Amino acid sequence: MSRLIRMDQTGHTTLAEWTAADADSVEAAVAAFRAELDTGGFAVVSEGEGKATQVRELPLDADLVIVRRPIAGG
Amino acid sequence: MEAASLPELASVPWRRRVDPDSLRRRGRWWTATTVAHSVPLAAIAVAIFVLAPLAVAVSAIVLAKALIIPALYAQRGANVVRTTRRAGAEAETRAAGLLGDLVGHDARELYARTGLVLERGGLGVWLLGEAGAVLVAPGGRRAWCWCVKAADASLPSADRVAHLLLALREDEAGFATVANLAFSGAPRRVRARMEKRAKPALTAAVAAAQA
Repeated sequence: MSRLIRMDQTGHTTLAEWTAADADSVEAAVAAFRAELDTGGFAVVSEGEGKATQVRELPLDADLVIVRRPIAGG
Repeated sequence: MEAASLPELASVPWRRRVDPDSLRRRGRWWTATTVAHSVPLAAIAVAIFVLAPLAVAVSAIVLAKALIIPALYAQRGANVVRTTRRAGAEAETRAAGLLGDLVGHDARELYARTGLVLERGGLGVWLLGEAGAVLVAPGGRRAWCWCVKAADASLPSADRVAHLLLALREDEAGFATVANLAFSGAPRRVRARMEKRAKPALTAAVAAAQA
């Protein structure tokens, strides 16, 4: 089961869970993914130390997709 | 999946992308600036004492300024990894769990002890805090302290660290470009002014940079 989560004030919130074989869960996950990007979030798939990839389409084969907010110099 | 540079770079289009050469130049420039601030004041203090020994108090004040200016710069560097406000215990626990899933055992253990995450990168070894990062150059002889943070102030502290970690992993040079440089100099000068709890993290980062 793959998960789309958003880091927020609660720690994190699970927005969607899907399996590639379940079209309904994929459709819901894609809708949740797009909604997050539309509100200014960035979606990232971490691939271990030193490597993460920003994604603009929901990668259906990823185990975990994390939505983060923008960063800025302080 | 598609590779992408850090999207936040769009907010700082006037900045040249950081690379190892530009980092070295900025480090040397930072040292030169510090010397330019301090040496003249120290020379003036000596001159005052030599020319007018009775004005020793004035000489001491000028000498103190020569010493305080570099110390203030180093303090500014140490402040980038200072612990800030905590969210509720439940949110912090959830956020720490996610952060723990993103890093290896050693980094997880170091975070639990110090509140900082150690991450190796192409530019050196990074220490990530809630509102900034310290980069230790390969060899461990110079540190760069960067002010950079997640835009959402309501996030739990571990989530703020995770934001920086993910952005760093997406695009290390872009991360250093977006961040504001607060200090560059010897790691020992930063370590001396860090919170006691955080000091072992910088020691570990220097050791990793020397390995």
